[in-house]
Amino acid sequence: MADPMRIRATLQGDVADVRVLMSHPMETGQRKDASGNVVPLHFIHSITAQLNGKTVFEASTTQAISRNPVFAFKVKGAKAGDKLSITWEDNKGDKRTDEITLGG
Amino acid sequence: MDMHRRNVLRGAGAAGAIVAAAAAGLVKPGVAFAAPPNKAAAEAKSTADAMKALGVSGAAETKDIVIKAPDIAENGAVVPIEIESKIPNTESIAVFVDKNPFPYVGTFDVSKGGVPFVALRVKVGESSPVRVVAMAGGKPYTTAKEVKVTIGGCGG
Repeated sequence: MADPMRIRATLQGDVADVRVLMSHPMETGQRKDASGNVVPLHFIHSITAQLNGKTVFEASTTQAISRNPVFAFKVKGAKAGDKLSITWEDNKGDKRTDEITLGG
Repeated sequence: MDMHRRNVLRGAGAAGAIVAAAAAGLVKPGVAFAAPPNKAAAEAKSTADAMKALGVSGAAETKDIVIKAPDIAENGAVVPIEIESKIPNTESIAVFVDKNPFPYVGTFDVSKGGVPFVALRVKVGESSPVRVVAMAGGKPYTTAKEVKVTIGGCGG
């Protein structure tokens, strides 16, 4: 299992400004390691964010996203106390979900 | 390789127990997850082909999509980009880096969150336009911004 994400959300009125940092190598399949072997493709291909269990943001991504990806997005209709969970899944089937509670 | 939900469901037995276990996680009732990127688009070697695969060819040029990206990126491996669409009813935002070996970066569905904004960091292999296609009201709109790179982001 991968390292936890770091999720930060600030509320501006009813809009939550969400930033998330994921820990992932995002290998392009083009890089070679020290002994000259190609490092195989390994990247996050889908991301879903849910607010109180309802999907509010979805992304399909390729290996062109930088290593240890950072994303920011905004969610309307959020309020303090809401639960925001973010899930990613990579092309090797590894996945991780982290949840935060929105602050005031 | 890419794991497609449908394939997993169809041939979990053949693909082995580990994949089957992952599939079990995938089809948890009541939890819908984002789909992996369109394979044809992800493997397309030009932006035009990727756009065709996504069905957004012939997008109209617009000034209503704002791309915030550095003019000169010192490190192509990490180029921060912010995208905001001012087109009403923007549903999704797709990003391409024209000169990358595989230009398609991803698609971001902003229709449910209600705010057509996304920020991300991309790899840019060499100086290239960063192209954004926004779908609004079922129609594609596009704009691009040139990013110059001094150190490449792909390969080692």
